[in-house]
Amino acid sequence: MGVDIRVENLNAWYGTTQSLWDINLNIPANKATALIGPSGCGKSTFVRCLNRMHETNPIARAEGVVRMGDIDIYKDASPVEIRRRIGMVFQRPNPFPTMSIYDNVASGLKLNGFRKKRVLDEVVEKSLKSAALWEEVKDSLHKKSGASLSGGQQQRLCIARALAVDPEVLLMDEPASALDPVSTAKIEDLIFKLKSQYTIVIVTHNMQQAARVAENTGFFLTGKLVEFAPTTKIFTNPSDKRTEDYITGRFG
Amino acid sequence: MNEPNLISLPPTPVAQSVSPENPTGAPDLPPPAPSAIRKFLNSKSSGRVPDGAFRGLMFVCALSIFLIVLLILFVLISSSKLSIHTFGFKFFTGTTWDPVSGDFGALPFIYGTVVSSLLAVAMAVPLALLVAIFLLEICPQFLRGPISFLTELLAAIPSVVYGLWGVFVLVPIIRDQAGPVLEKYLGWTGFFVEPNFGVGMFAASVILAIMIFPVISSISRDVMRVVPPSQREAALALGATRWEMIRISILRNSRIGIVGSVILGLGRALGETLAVTMVIGNHPDIMKNLFAPAYTLSSVIANEFTEATGDLYLSALIEIGLALFLVTIVVNAIARLLVWAVTRNNSAVAH
Repeated sequence: MGVDIRVENLNAWYGTTQSLWDINLNIPANKATALIGPSGCGKSTFVRCLNRMHETNPIARAEGVVRMGDIDIYKDASPVEIRRRIGMVFQRPNPFPTMSIYDNVASGLKLNGFRKKRVLDEVVEKSLKSAALWEEVKDSLHKKSGASLSGGQQQRLCIARALAVDPEVLLMDEPASALDPVSTAKIEDLIFKLKSQYTIVIVTHNMQQAARVAENTGFFLTGKLVEFAPTTKIFTNPSDKRTEDYITGRFG
Repeated sequence: MNEPNLISLPPTPVAQSVSPENPTGAPDLPPPAPSAIRKFLNSKSSGRVPDGAFRGLMFVCALSIFLIVLLILFVLISSSKLSIHTFGFKFFTGTTWDPVSGDFGALPFIYGTVVSSLLAVAMAVPLALLVAIFLLEICPQFLRGPISFLTELLAAIPSVVYGLWGVFVLVPIIRDQAGPVLEKYLGWTGFFVEPNFGVGMFAASVILAIMIFPVISSISRDVMRVVPPSQREAALALGATRWEMIRISILRNSRIGIVGSVILGLGRALGETLAVTMVIGNHPDIMKNLFAPAYTLSSVIANEFTEATGDLYLSALIEIGLALFLVTIVVNAIARLLVWAVTRNNSAVAH
């Protein structure tokens, strides 16, 4: 089951450039939350702060409090422990090219020392089914590499890989922006199904996508969270003028 | 407003034709004069002739490689005819090397070359990979430049200097300090037993390991550097520790390039002559004890070529060269076979 995430006064920097300013946000459990905003507004930086991927960039740093359930992810745990609980799917599909489909899905578990073959088989099948990829790859699990799949299949493989470690939160950084409309629709269906079991945070450029999949939507602009509200309110009756300008296409 | 211009221009026949855009066939506007850029590009040749010539040139260059290899092989075989006729295949299995009685066998030299090179690779590869990984992933920025510069400097030191260093520094250390320790803890294996004079197979392998380390390290570092950052992120986001990330996304994705760097290092070790000659002891024996003196194919050529009296002796030395050539080919073939065997079942390595 998913957990909620509470962010208090989060600031983030790349070198000396501040890219997030005092973000306060509560992301409810077992719901999909969309983050929208123009390019460079900090929404990707924000999700990368949630699983401490931000700090893998040597010049980047973040300050503030991020609570997942009852732990403070910057104080109570190491980045490795956090990332085992928070799965992430990136903008460009990044399966491991030298591993088979099976090994890609199992990689998170094997990495953490899990070796029981029978359980692994079950987890791989279940994850690929959750990611709606099982039917397409079940006959070539060991024969084909992760890189031999199409772009849309690779992205679903990456989702399966993230789901295999049974995360509590799933972060998706523009998961469909490199995909064609059919694959995008499949990913959106998937998010719709998955959000009952996981807390999902999805960054997107596509406002229709946010409207279709997310209960709540946050609008970022120049590193600040302008508005965070139920999706229907954001898209029909935004309280901030800048949000209204953005969603009606007047800028951005 | 354009009308006077229109009239003054000569009518173009194309303008009268019926086209999808102009189904009535009414006169079209004359095409605007081509721009300077268009004129310039239209004036360029199709490039067919220079492309063809360049292709031919490259083809000749590529073919010349086959030609050079065949020529070397031909010269080696024709100059060692006498020895080949006298000893036949027994030359490669014989263990005596006796110029006085004219009995020549190359096995101890083949053994010395192969064992010293393999030992060198075994010592250099872990070290080189660790240095490469350290420089890429862990090393603080200000140390990166100096360390990689020094690594590459190692490759530029002439082998005679390595030999001198080996004779005056390495050999005494192996004889007086490292030797007794190795004998105490690893003597039971039979690889490190007295007598230990310092010079021998072990000293040669250590020198070779130092010499091939920069090649392996810098090439594998370049290969690892091009692993896309998205692969690192994929591993890290799954909860990989730094070492696990290095293992599954960096080493795994660059393994073919790393093997390539090892093969290059092995090639250098097999052919290295001077530094090895100075520390290996130059005694054609096949001994399990690594402290014992040995001899390599290239060392015996370097040592004895100038004093080879008699046609058979000279011919045998040239056949030693042939043996070195064959050993290099066989070792490389085996290395490539190993890579193929490892990656064969993994369609993943297609690119």
